[in-house]
Amino acid sequence: MVQFLTDLGQFGFLRNALAVGLLASVACGIVGTYVVTRRITAIAGSIAHCVLGGLGVARWLQTVHHLEWLHPLYGAVAAALLAAVLIGWVSIRAKQHEDTVISAIWAIGMAVGILFIFKTPGYNEDLLSYLFGNILMVTDEDLWMVAGLDAVIVAVSLLFYHPFLATCFDEEFARLRGVPVERYYILLLCLTALTVVLLITVVGIILVIALLTLPAAIAGTFSRKLWHMMIVAALTTAALTAGGLALSYGPDLPAGAATIVLAGVAYLAAVLGKRLFGRRRTALTPGPPPPTGDPGRR
Amino acid sequence: MQDTHDPEAAAVPEEPVIDLKGVSFAYDGPPVLEDVTFQVRARDFLSIVGPNAGGKTTLIKLILGLLTPMRGSIRLFGEPPAKGRRRVGYMPQQAALSIHFPVTVLEVVLMGRLTAGRNPVFYRRADRAAGAEALARMGLADLKDRPFSALSGGQRQRTLIARALVSAPDLLLLDEPTANVDAARETEFYELLERLSADITIVLVTHDLGFVSRYVRSVACVNRRVLVHPTSDITGEMINQLYGSDVRMIRHDHRCAPEGHAWSNS
Repeated sequence: MVQFLTDLGQFGFLRNALAVGLLASVACGIVGTYVVTRRITAIAGSIAHCVLGGLGVARWLQTVHHLEWLHPLYGAVAAALLAAVLIGWVSIRAKQHEDTVISAIWAIGMAVGILFIFKTPGYNEDLLSYLFGNILMVTDEDLWMVAGLDAVIVAVSLLFYHPFLATCFDEEFARLRGVPVERYYILLLCLTALTVVLLITVVGIILVIALLTLPAAIAGTFSRKLWHMMIVAALTTAALTAGGLALSYGPDLPAGAATIVLAGVAYLAAVLGKRLFGRRRTALTPGPPPPTGDPGRR
Repeated sequence: MQDTHDPEAAAVPEEPVIDLKGVSFAYDGPPVLEDVTFQVRARDFLSIVGPNAGGKTTLIKLILGLLTPMRGSIRLFGEPPAKGRRRVGYMPQQAALSIHFPVTVLEVVLMGRLTAGRNPVFYRRADRAAGAEALARMGLADLKDRPFSALSGGQRQRTLIARALVSAPDLLLLDEPTANVDAARETEFYELLERLSADITIVLVTHDLGFVSRYVRSVACVNRRVLVHPTSDITGEMINQLYGSDVRMIRHDHRCAPEGHAWSNS
């Protein structure tokens, strides 16, 4: 921990790692809140795994077809958005097949990625590091890309806050009011896709789903408004990524895995804490609460 | 709530609010509704009753344009349902909502102010005022900043009615509004609806025909087919016919002692 703090001033890669973790937290808190309340965790997981396909294809094109500009993360963004639109379309048009399609995209995306990585000559082990995250290998270029994605996600989420809230809470009612709920659903899935790509640089494909949902779930245990939940979730994510990085740095552990274990412990603590706190409250106020402010009785 | 009915318009012979002609619908198997024809006139107060799985909710979804009929035509305010429904205030069954969603009472009500063309980054002052007014009308003014999850069943129900009312609808459509509400509240609730029905058309789905017939003006009995009767025509035999067996009716006078709430076979 002490070593982490002293090295933070010395090494640029460590500062990049911390910066990317903190930047990703903002998008993670906002979109994670939508994902948890709208209950589309499985879809987020499917999108995340599908990203390996995009990474593999992009690297293959880069190496074999000499498209030097094609950073694997561009492939990741494309694959994630494609998966989001596909799942969204199926879920709107043929709800009964949603499960199957989610699992299929999950596995097929990974399979495509593995095939393309296999056929790409040279050393591609770094691509497999996307599976478990490579936060200490974040470059300045990555950092700018993450910042850009962050800005897009935050802007869109806040601009459409009210329709998103209405569709997450009661989609049928929003539809009856004339809100184009299907378009908002696809948009939400696309935001989820971009956030997943962001988080993959932090914790990797396999662990991303925990970082997307656990902080929001923690925040949800004591939030009264959706935007409160977003802020608490973002702060929680920031604390978890920074904490995971700091704790793993000294003993030279993988940062992504440390972050997720930390998130799991925090979630458990929040749930238990709420239970204990809730029980103590009921013990203090026996019987049903008085019907305060219920003017029906006036 | 602003009064949207100017007397000039009322003088013109009004078209029916809801107009179904020869409507049939099936999901995948046998028809749920068959050859349904009925109209609801302006300022009617209609209760839709019938056994479970008899087609009540399907009927509501057809009227709202959430389902498309296999045969027949449906008009809402003389328009196709998908267009006419903007003039409807709809209250879904509470069971359909996630109770633990982090949202306040006022935020729920303001959802009723969303419309097709509007995507407010911030709600306008007029929206907030309408929301506060609808809440006050439902006796919930003091609770507007409470989490929706912290309310009692009855308060939640009134919040959802406020959400339905905040768009100043011409038709109020309520699906099982008195589920999870105790009997005393139920009386209060129907009295409130009775007051509202002076200005707007009300259609509600309910199980307890006996109780509701005291307040509504007509009853639509739904069991694959639909028959509409004025309330005065409701008889025990008719209910037996509809449900296919004896049903328990509840007495109307809820001001008596608990032991007075006797069940009787009609």
